[in-house]
Amino acid sequence: MYKGDKKAFFLLLFFLLFVSLNAQNTKMVLIKKGSFVPLYGDVNKKSVTIDAFKMDIYPVTNEEYLSFLKEKASYRRSVIKRIFADISYLEYWKNDLDYGENNGKAPVTNVSWFAAKKYCEYKGKRLPALDEWEYAAMADQKHRDARTKVAYNNDILGWYEKRNTFNRSVGQTCKNYWGLYDMHGLIWEWTFDFNSIFLSGESRKDRNTDVSLFCGGASVNATDLMNYAAFMRYAFRSSLKANYSSRNLGFRCACDVK
Amino acid sequence: MKKLMMVVLVILVGLQSCNSKKEESNTKIETEVISELSVFNLPSEWTTQDNKHIEIKELKGNVLVMVMIYTSCKTACPRLVADMRQIEQLLPEKYKSDVCFLLISIDPKTDTPERLKAFAIKNKMMSKQWLFLQSTEENTREFAAVLGVNYKKIAPIDFSHSNIISVFNKKGELVFQQEGFTTSYDTIVSKIIGEVSKAN
Repeated sequence: MYKGDKKAFFLLLFFLLFVSLNAQNTKMVLIKKGSFVPLYGDVNKKSVTIDAFKMDIYPVTNEEYLSFLKEKASYRRSVIKRIFADISYLEYWKNDLDYGENNGKAPVTNVSWFAAKKYCEYKGKRLPALDEWEYAAMADQKHRDARTKVAYNNDILGWYEKRNTFNRSVGQTCKNYWGLYDMHGLIWEWTFDFNSIFLSGESRKDRNTDVSLFCGGASVNATDLMNYAAFMRYAFRSSLKANYSSRNLGFRCACDVK
Repeated sequence: MKKLMMVVLVILVGLQSCNSKKEESNTKIETEVISELSVFNLPSEWTTQDNKHIEIKELKGNVLVMVMIYTSCKTACPRLVADMRQIEQLLPEKYKSDVCFLLISIDPKTDTPERLKAFAIKNKMMSKQWLFLQSTEENTREFAAVLGVNYKKIAPIDFSHSNIISVFNKKGELVFQQEGFTTSYDTIVSKIIGEVSKAN
C-alpha cells in the first residue's frame, strides 16, 4: 500500500513536470548550433556560425496579435504613430480590436518591423536575426540544409505561385527538421536585422555591394541557382523599411538559450 | 514640476553642445505633442563623445544633419565625414547655431565615447555643432531602420553600410536624404537653410 502511494506520487510528479515543461515548450523549439553559407554576397562566401537559439514553432496569428493589442493600446491601428507603422498597418482588420472575417489562426500580416519587435519584447522574446531565420528555414523535413534538394526548392517556388496563402491557418504545412512550421508556404517574415542587405547606395567597395543579387549574374552561381527562393526573400527584404507593412509579411519570435 | 524644469535646464546648459541653446524652449518639450513621424518618438538613449547621456528628443528645435559611420572605417566613412564637414563649412555662419551635425556609430562596441572624442579631435570637428553618438546595438539597428540605412558587420571591425546623409527638421521629421557620393552640396545646404528659416 505504502509502496503504491509512493509510485502514484512519482507518477503524478512526473506528470506535472511533463505538463509544465510542455506548457513552456509547446510554442518554441531549440535550433541547434551550426554553420552555413548564406546566400547574400559576402565576397568570400564565408560560412556563418549560428549559436543555439529557440524559435516559435508557428508565425504569430491574428488571434495572438489581438490579445497583444488588448494590452498595448499604443500599437492599435488608430493610435500607432506613423514613424512606427505606415498607413497599411493592419488594414485588413475590421477595426482596432477586430480582425473581422479573417481567419484568427492565420498569421497576422500588415505589421511593421517596430510592431513585430514590440510584440516579441512583450513576450520576453526577440525577432530572429536574418542569419538565424535563414539557417532555420533551409531545413526540409529530414535535413538541416536542404537547399540543394530539388523538392525543397520546388515546394517553395510552388508556394510563390499560389495566391492568398496568408489567410490559411498556421501549422498545416510540413514540419521541418527542427519542428518548425510555415517557414515557407504562407507568408514572409520580418527579421531583426532585415536592413543588413544592400540593393544600392552602398559603396564601401564596389565589389562589396550585393549587386549580383539583383541582376542576371546571380543565377550563374550554382548555389544561388539552387536557392532562387531565398534570392526572392533577400530582394524583398532589401525593399523594406521599418514602418512598412504588407499583406504577405508577418513574423515569429525567437529567444536566446539560457 | 518647476523644480524638475530647473534641473532639466541646468543639465541642458551643462551639456554645452548644440542643444544647450534651447533653454527657452525646453518648457515646450514637456507639453508639445511630438509629431507622428518624428524621430523624437524613439525612446533610445545615446552617449556622446563627452560621455553625456542624451535622448534624441533633447535636440528638438535644431535642424539635424545626420550620418551613420564607424571610426575604424577606411573607405567610405572618411568620405562621408568629409561631406559632413563640407556641408558645415558651406553653411552661412548665421544659421549654424540652429543646426546640429550628428555622427552616429554603427560599431558601438569599438566606438567608445573616448574613441569618438579622439575621432572628433583628429577630424577637427570640435565645435559645439558636432555630436558623436553611440548606443546599444539594438538602438543603433532601430535608428538605422528609421533612416533607411542598411549595414552589416562583415568582419570584426569592418562593416558595409549605406552612404546616406539625412536632414531632419526642427520637429524631428525626415525632410531630405542625400544618398551616395556627390560633388555638389547645393541641394542639401539650401534644404538645411530652408528648414532653419522655418519657425519651430
